Amino acid sequence: MSDPETFRLEVRNWLEANCPPEVRGLVESENDLIWGGRNATFKTPAHKAWMDAMGAKGWTAPEWPAEYGGGGLTREQAKILQSELLRIKAQPALSSFGIWMLGPALLAFGTEEQKKKYLPPIVRGEIRWCQGYSEPGSGSDLASLQTRAEDMGDHWIVNGQKIWTSYADKADWIFCLVRTDPSNKHRGISFVLFDMETPGVSTRPITLISGKSPFCETFFDNVRVEKENLVGELNRGWDVAKYLLAHERTMIGAMGEGMGRPLGEIARDSIGTDDQGRIDDPMLRARITEWDMDAAAFKLAMDSAVDRMKAGQAHPALASMLKYYGSELNKRKYELLMAAGGIDALEWESERSHEGDTARSWLRTKANSIEGGTTEVQLNIIAKHLLNLPGA
Amino acid sequence: MALILTDEQVMLKDAVDGFLGEHAPIKHLRQLRDSHDADGLSRTLWQQFGEMGFAGVLIDEEHGGSGLGAVEAGVIAESLGRTLPPSPFFGSAVLSASILQNAGSDAQKFWLSKIAAGEAIVSLAVDEGAKHAPHRIETRAERSGNGFKLNGAKALVLDGHVADALIVAAQTDEGLSLFLVDPKTDGINIERTVMVDAHNAARITLKDVEVDADALIGEVGSGQPVLDRALSLGRACAAAGLNGAGDQAFAITLDYLKTRQQFGKLIGEFQALQHRAAHLYTELELAKAATLGALQAIDEGKETAGLSASVAKAKAGRVAELAVQEGVQMHGGVGMTDEFDIGLYMKRVRVLNETLGDSHFHAEQLARARNY
Repeated sequence: MSDPETFRLEVRNWLEANCPPEVRGLVESENDLIWGGRNATFKTPAHKAWMDAMGAKGWTAPEWPAEYGGGGLTREQAKILQSELLRIKAQPALSSFGIWMLGPALLAFGTEEQKKKYLPPIVRGEIRWCQGYSEPGSGSDLASLQTRAEDMGDHWIVNGQKIWTSYADKADWIFCLVRTDPSNKHRGISFVLFDMETPGVSTRPITLISGKSPFCETFFDNVRVEKENLVGELNRGWDVAKYLLAHERTMIGAMGEGMGRPLGEIARDSIGTDDQGRIDDPMLRARITEWDMDAAAFKLAMDSAVDRMKAGQAHPALASMLKYYGSELNKRKYELLMAAGGIDALEWESERSHEGDTARSWLRTKANSIEGGTTEVQLNIIAKHLLNLPGA
Repeated sequence: MALILTDEQVMLKDAVDGFLGEHAPIKHLRQLRDSHDADGLSRTLWQQFGEMGFAGVLIDEEHGGSGLGAVEAGVIAESLGRTLPPSPFFGSAVLSASILQNAGSDAQKFWLSKIAAGEAIVSLAVDEGAKHAPHRIETRAERSGNGFKLNGAKALVLDGHVADALIVAAQTDEGLSLFLVDPKTDGINIERTVMVDAHNAARITLKDVEVDADALIGEVGSGQPVLDRALSLGRACAAAGLNGAGDQAFAITLDYLKTRQQFGKLIGEFQALQHRAAHLYTELELAKAATLGALQAIDEGKETAGLSASVAKAKAGRVAELAVQEGVQMHGGVGMTDEFDIGLYMKRVRVLNETLGDSHFHAEQLARARNY
């Protein structure tokens, strides 16, 4: 393995050659994000080239083993890559539930065959995944889910309904929790994978308060799922789900990170400055500064969490802590952004406001403390670990 | 650098915790307070700190120290925050040692070996008004004969009432300068101030205090960067002390939640308290990460280390404040009694918060650095 400085130089040279100017600069809206998939749309051809180059290198999943298409980098190397990407303000080459959520679960619970089959297309952005967890009657109490998988010998027939399935209408495959034993709540759930083009699968986008429809209702009407698509043991899908939720929580917690310009700069441009050059709204300036302080501490807590996980020292409730704090932090951020934007941030349809981007994003963040387990559920989990009360 | 303690640092932490648990548990503070101890701190304990190598943590080996870094100093400061013994560690081994080590003459560095041995107390006199404002130091040093004449008034001089030497920050025509001064010099008046947490500082007035030119630490007018460096280190260590106090207050409170019964169940079974405990625990994690980040940045000599220290001090201050307030509230009536320890932590956190700039001061540093 090359020494850190040599590696940094290699990364820098490669990025210089492969990161097009179109994908450099701060992510300004959802349009800039690259999701990949069979029906992928790209803002510009350069966006596709960026995804392809990074995918081929395995650097969309830098720390996954190279044999499954990942970058095979050490933690130290991944940090170097990250800092080099940050240095040139490279936008993410791939946003992917496959990388953030399914991949880690497959690496931990999948068979060799499953890892070989599913991981490489995730890394390259060829297959886009969605997550089938919540149901209309199973929100915070997720383990009460009712979507039924009936054993037909060599396959299952799945019937039921999922809700809040993010981008189900754009996804190629789904990882899904189904009930394989109605007599046992937690130990009657299995974790299965299937193609969204399988007959009997349909989706209906849900219009949210932001006016957008990132979430869907997803219906399963006699959907055939092969037995080989079971991940982990039969009836032990809850273990996989919990593991995966930890990754999802960390991801939602990190959602506000690195996106956009510093809040105070936005406020200064929007509000103007007083005769001493300070943001001409002392109370807002103070609140933004306090947010900055918390965000700086949170970023270090995230870094420390990763280092502790690697060292096997992570607190069992760590993911819940990060999810709780990060989502509340992101909600606070958007309240401050709305205050900073003032009248301008109220616009919903104008081109000037990018079709109300600030307002819509602000409303979107309200889901942060609901999705992936509500803030209250996270606090319950943390408290159970702290107090050693039953159920932890 | 990974944002966790190395194995050696964990060993140091265990050693300090073990030592303090044996020689300076919280009753050590109570004894000093209740006996109205003449010094308000134990010189014996300070010597033991020397023998254990804690007092010389930042001092190079040439002067009898162990030549370790900011992270190790923070580890010791955090442990001190758990059992609250009054100790010259912060004022002498961190602040003054940093200044002498970085800018002291060979003769002045004599004090480093005395600090490392736990034999001397060297106090830094920076603050003057009601709030920490090192950018507005008014104490003056005028040239006089072949030396200087000092005039001014200092406050919150940690351990200043028992100091063997003082480092005084004063304005000269050339800018801020630092002077190493014998506290017995004519014109110096020292008033011991017993504080709310039973730790001690001093108010010191300097009236036409004559010092030789060799009292100057470094060049005349060159004190600002030396002081800033010491203050950053001090702030990060104060943040570590706040984390120790906050953490311990939380641990005590958690124990109480698991033992106190009302309405026929443990009060820890009530969700109203569970969620607040979970929130507090999360905040403590953030404060600790911010502090370790700052200490590491100092060790790495990063340009942004001062700002990281401000973030750490501001965050740790806020969080420790929350920890002690929630601690007293969750203890209910007994939280108001002197017999229970939780109140001691509330008092200590108030003092540590005011030391080297409170969270408002440090948030303002951040806002200015970002040009808000």
